[in-house]
Amino acid sequence: MKNKEIKTKGALHYYLQSTSGIVGAVLVLIMVIVAICSIFGITPYDPVEQHIDNILQGPSAHFWFGTDDFGRDVFSRTLEGMRRSLTVSITAVSLATILGVTFGILAGYVGKWFDQLVTRVSDVFFAFPAILLALAIVASLGNAWYDTALAIGVVYTPIFIRVARGPVLTVKEMDYIKISRVLGFSSFRILRKHIFPNVFAPIVVQIALSLSWAILTESGLSFLGLGTQPPTPSLGLMVSDAQPLAAFAWWTLVFPSLFITIVVVGLNLVGDGLRDALDPARRSS
Amino acid sequence: MKIPGLSRTLSVLATLFGISIFVFLVLRVIPGDSITGAFGIETGALTPGQIAELRVYYGIDQSLLLQYISWIHSFLTGKLGFAYSTGVSVATLTKSSLPVTIELAIIGTVLGVVLGIAIGMFSAKKPGSTRDFAGQLFGLLALAIPGFVLSTGIVTVMANKFHYFPNGYEYMTPWENPWMNFQQMMFPGLVLGIAVAAPVMRTTRSALLETVDKDFVRTAHGKGVPNNKVQYRHVLRNSLIPIVTMTGIQFGYLLGGAVIVEKIFALPGMGRQILDAIMKREYATVQSSIMVFAIMFVLINVATDVIYRKIDPRIKK
Repeated sequence: MKNKEIKTKGALHYYLQSTSGIVGAVLVLIMVIVAICSIFGITPYDPVEQHIDNILQGPSAHFWFGTDDFGRDVFSRTLEGMRRSLTVSITAVSLATILGVTFGILAGYVGKWFDQLVTRVSDVFFAFPAILLALAIVASLGNAWYDTALAIGVVYTPIFIRVARGPVLTVKEMDYIKISRVLGFSSFRILRKHIFPNVFAPIVVQIALSLSWAILTESGLSFLGLGTQPPTPSLGLMVSDAQPLAAFAWWTLVFPSLFITIVVVGLNLVGDGLRDALDPARRSS
Repeated sequence: MKIPGLSRTLSVLATLFGISIFVFLVLRVIPGDSITGAFGIETGALTPGQIAELRVYYGIDQSLLLQYISWIHSFLTGKLGFAYSTGVSVATLTKSSLPVTIELAIIGTVLGVVLGIAIGMFSAKKPGSTRDFAGQLFGLLALAIPGFVLSTGIVTVMANKFHYFPNGYEYMTPWENPWMNFQQMMFPGLVLGIAVAAPVMRTTRSALLETVDKDFVRTAHGKGVPNNKVQYRHVLRNSLIPIVTMTGIQFGYLLGGAVIVEKIFALPGMGRQILDAIMKREYATVQSSIMVFAIMFVLINVATDVIYRKIDPRIKK
């Protein structure tokens, strides 16, 4: 990790040069737009409305993604589910980022016993399968969307602590920081102007990747019945409900699965693109 | 004051202690207690006196500290605590479910590492080529398709097209019926294996590409070592550290993934035990099962360290 000077303008330029980055951004953008449509109720049908005459219809002009065993429109439900997945994941990752970056930078900068404490506690969390912890937390908190978000957020905080703390430890010893201190700059100013910019790049990459994991964890939890409760749609729950139907109504399984996969692929590509664009060492290749 | 492995052991114990406190506290937040869990809606029929008696009986009238100590005590003395509703010790439950999960984890890891390294090498041979693209596409999809989607898809296709229902039968251990066990483990193992293969593949690819440019590889080529030998002896061997690290990290994921896969494929493993316990609000079972997972996970980390030293003589303390 060398000292990295990142100019946001330049980074965008490099980002747009990577094909996978563009593809990823487009995929994510489509999913975000779709989710926003659902927020404003721009779905063909009410996601919980039951069309009793049209049970288990295949995809058609009326029902683009077909209907499920209650005659509910799979397309509208998928949009609503995507919206929920994104809401939970974005909330969770925001929480993890804020907590993790704050504690990570402080631990790295302050050092001593505070660093020891933060590292120890985050090691405990880190040393453990995320979904299991989330499972325990969700089981104890409840099924509301913010409970799931809180659980996932807590579980992902140590990742951000690690990512933020690493560069701080390196940069802290650099001459220009020592000089800033000699010049009498306040700790706050040093943190904000000299340390934070160095942490920025890895954090942005980590946010994209964590969002994709958070979506997988959220849908996994709701698949297990520990997330969103019926009849409210969620992508994981839809896959779970499709289990007995999929053999003769493939659309109930395929479309929600496809949406999860697309958004996760997109976020991973965005993460890769960002990593290449923000890391000067990788630009030449 | 130089006892080999002492500081390592202490930090392992500290981690386990931390996890035990965390798990214990998290589960105390559950609304409703294990009495409601054990008696369900019939709890309403109990008199306040009976409830108080039950609280004493289950030991949940005591302070948190005492509850924690008594849990740790029963965990350490080998019973791992008792399930409230059935009175069966968690050790008994674990004895039959742990081997299932371990078998699943081993199959998943082995498949994942073999698949991941193979595809990673395949991809890294010609960076930027079509085969590299195909390899990377596999890595990306394997990462993005959730295990529960893959499992549901496999179950559906297998049942529908091939009339194949291995999970319709009672679970058989490999000693009772190896063929049946293989059929039951094949697909869940594959699902976990693919999930592990993705990051292993990506790590292998980037580690190989980094090593290929090193001077000693050029020297090896220059002194006339056959290409195949360079690839295995020089390039792959020097790329193993990040691959082993990634495999160790993935093991944790594997344990989590087992919860979902065991549920779909109806395997009576630790994952299902935890899930059942959560549904029934069995504090003790959840706590102790998660602790068993934690111990396994920490042991794997220690094993990873040992493997490091085997493959890289430079790492010595």
